[in-house]
Amino acid sequence: MPEAAIKLLDEPADRRPAARAATTILPLETRSLCFEAGGRRLIDGIDLTLEAGTRTVIMGPNGAGKSLLLRLLHGLIAPSAGTVLWRGRPAGPEARRRQAMVFQRPVLLRRSAAANMRHALRASGLPRREARERAMAWLDRADLARFADQPARLLSGGEQQRLAVARALSLEPEVLFLDEPTASLDPASTLGIEALIQSAVDAGTKIVMVTHHLGQAHRFADEVVFLYRGRVEAFDRAPAFFDRPSSDKARAFIEGRIVL
Amino acid sequence: MQDFGAAFGLAFDLILSGDSDLAEIILLSLRVSLSAVFFACLIGLPIGAAAAIFRFPGRTAVVLVLNAMMGLPPVVVGLFLYLLLSNAGPLGVLGLLYTATAMIIAQAVLVTPIIAALARQVIADLHAEYDEQLRSLHLPGYQVLTTLLWDGRYSLLTVALAGFGRAIAEVGAVIIVGGNINHLTRVMTTAIALETSKGDLGLALALGIILISLALLVNGCVMALRSTAVKAAYA
Repeated sequence: MPEAAIKLLDEPADRRPAARAATTILPLETRSLCFEAGGRRLIDGIDLTLEAGTRTVIMGPNGAGKSLLLRLLHGLIAPSAGTVLWRGRPAGPEARRRQAMVFQRPVLLRRSAAANMRHALRASGLPRREARERAMAWLDRADLARFADQPARLLSGGEQQRLAVARALSLEPEVLFLDEPTASLDPASTLGIEALIQSAVDAGTKIVMVTHHLGQAHRFADEVVFLYRGRVEAFDRAPAFFDRPSSDKARAFIEGRIVL
Repeated sequence: MQDFGAAFGLAFDLILSGDSDLAEIILLSLRVSLSAVFFACLIGLPIGAAAAIFRFPGRTAVVLVLNAMMGLPPVVVGLFLYLLLSNAGPLGVLGLLYTATAMIIAQAVLVTPIIAALARQVIADLHAEYDEQLRSLHLPGYQVLTTLLWDGRYSLLTVALAGFGRAIAEVGAVIIVGGNINHLTRVMTTAIALETSKGDLGLALALGIILISLALLVNGCVMALRSTAVKAAYA
């Protein structure tokens, strides 16, 4: 590897946005990914390749393994068999550092909103001053600046999730995993969060989102992974998936019929 | 019952008179027990948190020992420390026997397992809630520990309070390593034991009432602090 490239790799991701393409951690691939718990195979031999530049939406009925797949991809749980590869290699420190996740129910620390942001930024290795500045900048972008010193856990449900999204985005991840980020929110809160996510997409972040919400899937999907009982039932470009789904199960799901 | 009425009267008189001997005893009691709890927290909180967070060989044994040691008999701890600190003992050169420092050490030994064992439970519950988020941020182990200790701060205050309750009420260990020397190592509990054995039950009871009031006061302060924290959803 030439010396210049090595130097680039040593720099934090945010200081080399131009070099991002050269040092991408994508594509994200899974090979025969399996996960078993209690003698049941919950994820059953998934092979996927997720490329940069597309927004991936994971859909499927309850219990299909959507959240589980997201956790396997993010490395929160270890697969029973198979592998998750980032640009052909198992996740190293660099790949781990450049992905973030937003959970269905935001986990906020027992601190102020700003302190929640700073905690994540400091954990990512940012010096104190920079962490403080970036925290404020992102609170501002998430329209939460006026709550900076408020206890995070006293914010409304929508504000809490917006804070969680802002916290994930402030880490400037290359890949952002979202597990039904608006599942229990009203339309106005959903809109605010979708706007934040879209701004990240515009800035070049790859998103992988689980959603139950067909409208949201329409708005966000470039491609859809349709899971059914731990298997990939369909993996199509979005227009094709919604217009003429390649699987009966997916068609029934889109048409709002109950998929058993 | 007449005795109790008289004892309450005497307790009030004692407090109102501003007796300097009594003040000395109360202040020493507080100094010894608060210092002991402070050092016990310094040692016990990280141990409890580590036992809650990390998987390591012998973890179950550590938890078992911690739980069992919550019931350490104070006189036995006092005896062990006496053997260590006496002139013939391995730490005799330090000349700590019959000093307030020895009493602080004794109470810290008694309280550390309580704080570690209770903190383990508090931190384990918090860890269950934070685990995925903290792993998503890929925090190194020691930062997980400090994050959880800080976020559990108000619940841990109650843990420290349980330790304080044990320390301030304990007599067996401090009387052995402290010696109940007037103006030097006499605390509330040893004074009560002395007055009782001398037959001055009224004074002993009065001291007892003051001791209980003191414990109530400290508890009240901590609970007030905690309730403000609850309002901020920090506890």
